[in-house]
Amino acid sequence: MKDTDIKKLLYAHLLCIFSIILSVLIPPLFLENFSILETHLTWLCICSGVVTAVNLVLYLVVKPNTSSKRSSLSHKVTRVLKCCIYFLMSCFIFHVIFVLYGAPLIELVLETFLFAVILSTFTTVPCLCLLGPRLKAWLRVFSRNGVTSIWENSLQITTISSLVGAWLGAFPIPLDWERPWQVWPISCTLGATFGYVAGLLISPLWIYWNRKQLSYKNN
Amino acid sequence: MGEPRGTQGLLDGFPILPSCVGKRVVFMGDDTWKDLFPGAFSQAFFFPSFNVRDLHTVDNGILEHLYPTMDGGEWDVLIAHFLGVDHCGHKHGPHHPEMAKKLSQMDQVIQGLVDRVENDTLLVVAGDHGMTMNGDHGGDSELEVSAALFLYSPTALFPSAPPEEPEVIPQVSLVPTLALLLGLPIPFGNIGEVMAELFSGGENSQPHSSALAQATALHLNAQQVSRFLHTYSAAAQDLKDKELHQLQNLFSKASADYQWLLQSPQQAEATQQTVIAELQQFLRGARTMCIESWARFSLVRMVGGAAILAAACFLCLLASQWATSPGFPFCPLLLIPVAGGLGGAVVYVGLVATIGLRLDLVLLGAVAAMCSLLTFLWKARAAWGSRKPLATLLPLPGSVRLFLLIRLAAFFSDSFVVADARATPFLLDSFILLLVAQLHWEGQLLSPKLLTVPRLGSSSSTGLPRYSGAYALRLGVGLLLCTRLAGLFHRCPEETPACHSSPWLSPLASMVDGRAKNLWYGACVVALLALLAAVRLWLHRYGNLKSPEPPMLFVRWGLPLMALGTAAYWALASGADEIPPRLRALVAGASVVLPRAVAGLAVSGLMLLLWKPVTVLVKAGTGAPRTRTVLTPFSGPPTTQADLDYVVPQIYRHMQEEFRGRLERTKSQGPLTVAAYQLGSVYSAAMVTALTLLAFPLLLLHAERISLVFLLLFLQSFLLLHLLAAGIPITTLGPFTVPWQAVSAWALMATQTFYSTGHQPVFPAIHWHAAFVGFPDGHGSSTWLPALLVGANTFASHLLFAVGCPLLLLWPFLCESQGLQKRQQPPGNEAEARIRPEEQEQPLMEMRLRDAPHHFNAALLQLGLKYLFVLGVQILACALAASILRRHLMVWKVFAPKFIFEALGFIVSSVGLLQGITLVMRVDGAVSSWFKQLVLAQQR
Repeated sequence: MKDTDIKKLLYAHLLCIFSIILSVLIPPLFLENFSILETHLTWLCICSGVVTAVNLVLYLVVKPNTSSKRSSLSHKVTRVLKCCIYFLMSCFIFHVIFVLYGAPLIELVLETFLFAVILSTFTTVPCLCLLGPRLKAWLRVFSRNGVTSIWENSLQITTISSLVGAWLGAFPIPLDWERPWQVWPISCTLGATFGYVAGLLISPLWIYWNRKQLSYKNN
Repeated sequence: MGEPRGTQGLLDGFPILPSCVGKRVVFMGDDTWKDLFPGAFSQAFFFPSFNVRDLHTVDNGILEHLYPTMDGGEWDVLIAHFLGVDHCGHKHGPHHPEMAKKLSQMDQVIQGLVDRVENDTLLVVAGDHGMTMNGDHGGDSELEVSAALFLYSPTALFPSAPPEEPEVIPQVSLVPTLALLLGLPIPFGNIGEVMAELFSGGENSQPHSSALAQATALHLNAQQVSRFLHTYSAAAQDLKDKELHQLQNLFSKASADYQWLLQSPQQAEATQQTVIAELQQFLRGARTMCIESWARFSLVRMVGGAAILAAACFLCLLASQWATSPGFPFCPLLLIPVAGGLGGAVVYVGLVATIGLRLDLVLLGAVAAMCSLLTFLWKARAAWGSRKPLATLLPLPGSVRLFLLIRLAAFFSDSFVVADARATPFLLDSFILLLVAQLHWEGQLLSPKLLTVPRLGSSSSTGLPRYSGAYALRLGVGLLLCTRLAGLFHRCPEETPACHSSPWLSPLASMVDGRAKNLWYGACVVALLALLAAVRLWLHRYGNLKSPEPPMLFVRWGLPLMALGTAAYWALASGADEIPPRLRALVAGASVVLPRAVAGLAVSGLMLLLWKPVTVLVKAGTGAPRTRTVLTPFSGPPTTQADLDYVVPQIYRHMQEEFRGRLERTKSQGPLTVAAYQLGSVYSAAMVTALTLLAFPLLLLHAERISLVFLLLFLQSFLLLHLLAAGIPITTLGPFTVPWQAVSAWALMATQTFYSTGHQPVFPAIHWHAAFVGFPDGHGSSTWLPALLVGANTFASHLLFAVGCPLLLLWPFLCESQGLQKRQQPPGNEAEARIRPEEQEQPLMEMRLRDAPHHFNAALLQLGLKYLFVLGVQILACALAASILRRHLMVWKVFAPKFIFEALGFIVSSVGLLQGITLVMRVDGAVSSWFKQLVLAQQR
């Protein structure tokens, strides 16, 4: 592992953060009455789209996993299709988990589902970009001593911090402050976003500080 | 936003009073009054007040009706409750342009009223509270409790010009003043003082007669307060005798002076002023005394109680860590604190007796507890402090610490206490998912083959996964599903527009739709049968059902009978209206007999269980001759495969250990063979039977549809036990420990079940109808039986989970057989089984615990202490919250009831825990004597 890798990682992450900031700042120029809280669902869609696009671009430009052996067209197409299916599956699984956690079953279905979409964007999309649609690799990355590169390590950190952010976002909901952002699922989506951004910031720093202890055998 | 809540004391019953004596009371404004004083108004204009962001609806509504109503003259009292300023304060704060607009609007209103008020009318403009710099209120700061009071009448009210610096008048004084001005009696519970100036009769009257009028008003007021004090002090003892006596003297003197004044009216002005001053002094003294007595908090006792609680929790934590270490001195550590406590109590009693103070039982208890705690800590320090630093004794795992902290912090926020019914399942779900994630993280969830990177093998092979595939994941999802389903039976602490209680909590009898009622009844009976079938299936699976012992016979025949009785009782209770009249007596008799019969059956079942708790099937015969051993495991052709699975060969080892000497003597006797089945699950079988027997009467105390929650409860705890067992490696030969995660999850689940059985820690939510189950005509004068029934209903989940607590220790051993079977079944694992030939033996399961009786006892003690610690920390947090936030607006509505419920629940849990552990010990003793009998029988 070299410092250039960490630098690359940092720039990639800064780009992601920048894209999220842009998703807040740019839409008001085109859309009337746009604000994160009032037109929350629009923002969710835009943010999800932008983050997905940036992740794809980064994946194509940086190519962190070099192990793309076969590259026939049909293989690529099935891979892309599989990725789409995986993404949809993860959205539905997140939705089910939210409902099991106490989200309303029938009311606010669209809101809950879009929250699932944005959380999938922060967690599943990077996994798909980095690891491809291979469940075994995912399970490996999210277990002790399972990571094999700084990219996987940062993936671990950002995914976990997004999930933790979304979880923490549920805490203000019962409070009686009567703020507009305490409504389900706004606080959770904001929490997930902040968690994702925090993960993006923390992971390069954490890897940099622990670079002596980290040793990836496959590198 | 019930605004008038801060003014409850002021308004209590006041608006009803005028309407009782024929006055016409007209109201306009906040619709909260509609519920507070139903039917009190001759005419009313209510406007929705709930939305705090709506500044104008109420005010504009009032303004629309105010002047026409005033001019119409159809009123004696007109109340207009403007709400805009309050909402504006909440929403924008005091320094906002909106507030300026609102205030000038109010100015205009007052101006308009002043212009229209007639000579015989008094305009009272009063605020019920002030606000902080943020515009909120509810606390007790100076800014919040001060409000303006403005009185106006075209007739001059005051004999002289009002003072520059206006007088501060307590809000309670409004009630007697307005009551007397309206010519009404002063409400009985009033402790306010009339504003004497208003009774002076204006500037035209003679100073002499005005002073007399003031004295009369004050005297009426003083008479009422004196009567109130008299009645109150007869009923309650919290007023100080000495002060009361002084006040009574003052009142008699003032009364006498007043009578004298009446008889000789031409007294000097000074005398009149003296009488007025005396009466006022009496009224103020009475008010001060009452306020001191009613709003009195004993800080010393609060701190003392919290300190004792904290020390006890600390003790639990320390002792639970030490219990499993070798050489833990049980006896001295138990006896010395008891002796210390008794000694402390005796010393305290002696001290009190010598000084001559009154014996305070609370203080006595506190002194005894403190002494026993101190002696324990001192003894513990002497025994262990030198060897181990304290830091290593506090090893709560990170996740448990986090969850406990979140839970404890939540007790300090009224919103979270109110939302606890939602927050607890949330925390429980997170805890379960975290457990699953941890299992995966540690590589115990999946077989190492799946993790393709080869070097991972090193870490995974040591902690061999006992379960293949996504077993724990399935358990976790099942738990989440159960929790969510149980959450459907949710009851709100208060009915608000934002929260609706589940309609399924009401009894079936209240349903109108006959078809739906029948369907629900069917579902409840199915739940009952499913519960029964699940327990029987479980007992069958571990073989204990085959035992010919009385408890198992009871499970076979008595439990279905109990289920039948319950179902029949539900049928009678839900269809009570549709019964033909000639059967009514029969039905009434049955609804008395059936619940009592079920309870009686449950009690007799428990008695049977305590009498003969060992539920094993013994098969003896003259088997293959052995030379060296007296007893050998059953090895002939088994009747079923299941028999073979549960043969426990360990009897041999046991008896060899326990009765080695005796056996050696009798070695020469003939060869014998004995087979005992189900010994591996003998403890849990007794526990599960006891829990089922307990659950049935508790279920009967709830509404019918809660039976579904009880089914979910059993399912949930079953899944949780399996999930927890998946993460615990089986320790052979001790020391056995139950991890903190297991105990915390168990406690969380107990709380969650408390809520999902339709309870809330507030008094209006108590299920009073439970007192009439089996006693449809009430209890007469007896109070303890209804209290017991209602208590059993309220704390059913605390009781069940506390009694079932030892299952946390037993379950991993039960799962041993399951794990082995699973491992033997797939052919791919044969090689692995060959490596560990000792595992090919039949599983020892719970007999492992008997292999190390000392460790078993220690583990039980540790389990109990850990559970007590987790509960104790919660009650400590509740107590701290109630005492720190004692001036909080919500203290009597939220924090204090929560504390009371937690404290009672803690007591119930402690008793239940003790009973559960006692049951395990009883089974243990019975198993020992069973072995003894077996040996003796073999020898003969």
